[in-house]
Amino acid sequence: MSRKRFRLIEHTADIGLVAYGESLAEAFANAAYGMFSIITDLGSVKEKESRTVEAKADDREGLLFEWLNNLLYYLDVETLLFRRFDIIEFGEKYLKADCYGEKHDPSRHHLKTGVKSATYHRLEVDETEHKVRVIFDI
Amino acid sequence: MAKWQGPLEKLDGYRWQIPASYKKGMRVPGLIYASEDLLPEILSEEAPEQVANVAFLPGIVGASMAMPDIHWGYGFAIGGVAAMRLDDGVVSPGGVGFDINCGVRLLRTNLTGDEVCPKIDDLMNALYNNVPSGLGSKGKIRLRSGEIDEVLTKGSRWAVEHGFGRPEDLETTEEKGEMPGADPARVSSRAKDRGVPQLGTLGSGNHFLEVALVDEIYEPEIAAVLGMDRVGQVMLLVHCGSRGLGHQVADDYIKEMVRAINKYHIEVPDRQLACTPVKSPEGQAYLVAMRCAANYAWANRQCITHWVRESFCQVFELSDKDAGLELVYDVTHNIAKIEEHQVNGKKEKLCVHRKGATRAFPPGHPEIPKQYAEVGQPILIPGDMGRVSYVLVGTEEAMRQTFGSTCHGAGRVMSRTAAKKKLRGRDVLDSLAKHGITVRAGNLAGLAEEASDAYKDVGKVVEVTQGAGISRIVARTRPIGVVKG
Repeated sequence: MSRKRFRLIEHTADIGLVAYGESLAEAFANAAYGMFSIITDLGSVKEKESRTVEAKADDREGLLFEWLNNLLYYLDVETLLFRRFDIIEFGEKYLKADCYGEKHDPSRHHLKTGVKSATYHRLEVDETEHKVRVIFDI
Repeated sequence: MAKWQGPLEKLDGYRWQIPASYKKGMRVPGLIYASEDLLPEILSEEAPEQVANVAFLPGIVGASMAMPDIHWGYGFAIGGVAAMRLDDGVVSPGGVGFDINCGVRLLRTNLTGDEVCPKIDDLMNALYNNVPSGLGSKGKIRLRSGEIDEVLTKGSRWAVEHGFGRPEDLETTEEKGEMPGADPARVSSRAKDRGVPQLGTLGSGNHFLEVALVDEIYEPEIAAVLGMDRVGQVMLLVHCGSRGLGHQVADDYIKEMVRAINKYHIEVPDRQLACTPVKSPEGQAYLVAMRCAANYAWANRQCITHWVRESFCQVFELSDKDAGLELVYDVTHNIAKIEEHQVNGKKEKLCVHRKGATRAFPPGHPEIPKQYAEVGQPILIPGDMGRVSYVLVGTEEAMRQTFGSTCHGAGRVMSRTAAKKKLRGRDVLDSLAKHGITVRAGNLAGLAEEASDAYKDVGKVVEVTQGAGISRIVARTRPIGVVKG
C-alpha cells in the first residue's frame, strides 16, 4: 500500500474518517476498512468467511451511507468482522462487494469502539480526488 | 476546530440567543442554556452552528434550543430541543438520533454503603456476569419467531409479562414503557434481525450500570417521595438504548427522508437534518417505527432491571422485597413526541424532538405517575463514571420555556480519539479505584474514551437548569461501582 488508506477525524462525541483510493471504489473499500479499524484491531482478524454485500441508493452519498450501514448489519446479526473488501461492481447508485473476515471471537479479537451507524453529517464523496468523508455515531 | 464567530446575545445569566438574522433561512432564534463558565467550551466547537441549522426546519416554534450539556452532534447538536407545529411542521429522525430511546433508569434499595461496600467486588462480578454487555454481546433471551413484534408494541409490559420485573415498574416508566401508536409493520426486517439477538443487552460506548450512594440531599421532602431516604443509601443507574434495532430504524428512515426533502421541497443546511412533514405518510411511518424502537429500548432496560435485582439478591442473600430495588423512574433522552404545550397563550399539539434532552414535566401534569403528582417528574442526569450524578424534578418554568425539557447528562468536551491519546485505560481504571470506584469493563480503551476528563462537570450543567428554572435539583449520588459495556 503506497498510500494511506484513511485518516481519523476528531469529533467531540463521535469519530469520523476520510478514506482515499486510486479509484472511488477503492475509497469506498478503504472507508469500510477504516470503520472496522475503529471497531477492532484488524491485525487479529482472519479471512475465514466471506459475504457478498450489496448497496443501493439514489446517489453516491447515499450509497456510501448504505454500504457502511449494511456492513454493520452483518456485525450485529452474524457478529462478522470484515477486513478485506473487493468491490466487484461499482456504479453511481449500486455496489456489490465480496467482504472477507470472520465471526467475532472474544478470546482473540479485541473490540475497541462500538459504531452505531454512519451518518449523513458532513458526508462527502469526492469523485475527482477519489476521497470520501463520513462521521459515525458512536 | 472552528470557533463560533456568529452573534450571541446574552439574555440573562443562563440564556444566550443566536438571533434569527444570523443566517438567511433561520425561522426562529437559537437559544443556548449555559453559564459564563460553560460557554467557552460550547463556543469552541460547532454545536452553536448546529443550533442555528435546526432553526431552518419548517414549523419550528419558539426557538431552536440547546441545553447546557450541548455538544457537537451530527445534524442536531446533542442536547437539542426543537418543537414543531403539526400542521406545517416536520419530524426529523436526526432530531431523535440513531439510538432511539436511549435513556436512564434509577432503582432505589434498602441497603446502605456500609452493607454493600465490603461485598462490592462480588456485586460487580454478579452484575457483569448477569447483564450481557459490551460490543458483540448476545442476549440471554430467546424470542419465538415473530415475538419481536410483541416486544415492539408492548415494550416494558412484554418484559414484565415474561417475568422480567414487577408490574409496578410500568407505573414509574415514562410512557409506562409502552408508547401507543407502534406498528411493527413499519419496522424493516433488517431492523428486527438486529434486534432479536440483542434484547437484554447493555451495549457499549457510554452505556453503563452504576451502583451509587446517595451523596447529598438538597430537597429532603421531594427526595423522600422518590424513595431516596438518607445519605449513604445505595442506588442503581442503568443507561442504555434500543441497540441495533433502533440504529437500523434510524438508518431506514433517514434514507426515506433524504428522498422526502426533495419531494416536499424542504431545504436543510445538512443532510443529516433530513425531515418530512409530520403529517406526511413518511413522517407518520417514521413516528410509528420510532415508537416501536422506543418500546424495544424500554423492554431492554426492563429485562436488565430484572437481572440487576437478581444480582443484588444473590450477593446479599436477600429476598426481592427486602432488597427494595423499586424503580424510581425511567426517562428517555432521545425521542420525538406529540405533546400539548402553550403557544402564544393557546394550547397546541407539537412534535417535540429531544436529542440528548430529558422531559421535565411539572407537578400535577397528567403524564406523570400519581405518586409524583406533588413533586414533579423525576429527571435522571448521569455524570461521567468518575464523578457524581443528579436527580432533579420538572417545573412549570420548563413548560413555559423549553416545552417541558431539560439536560440529559454531562456532555462531552474531549473527542474520543483525543481521550484515548491522552489517557490510558489502565490509568483510568487505577484512578477510579483510588476514588473507591470498582469497575468491570469489557475493554480498557473504551474506558479511556469515557474518562471524567472527557466530560463537562455535570454539577455545573444542572446548576444552569436550576438557575434558569427548568428543573429543580433534588439529590446527588456518587458511584462506587460501574459496569461499562
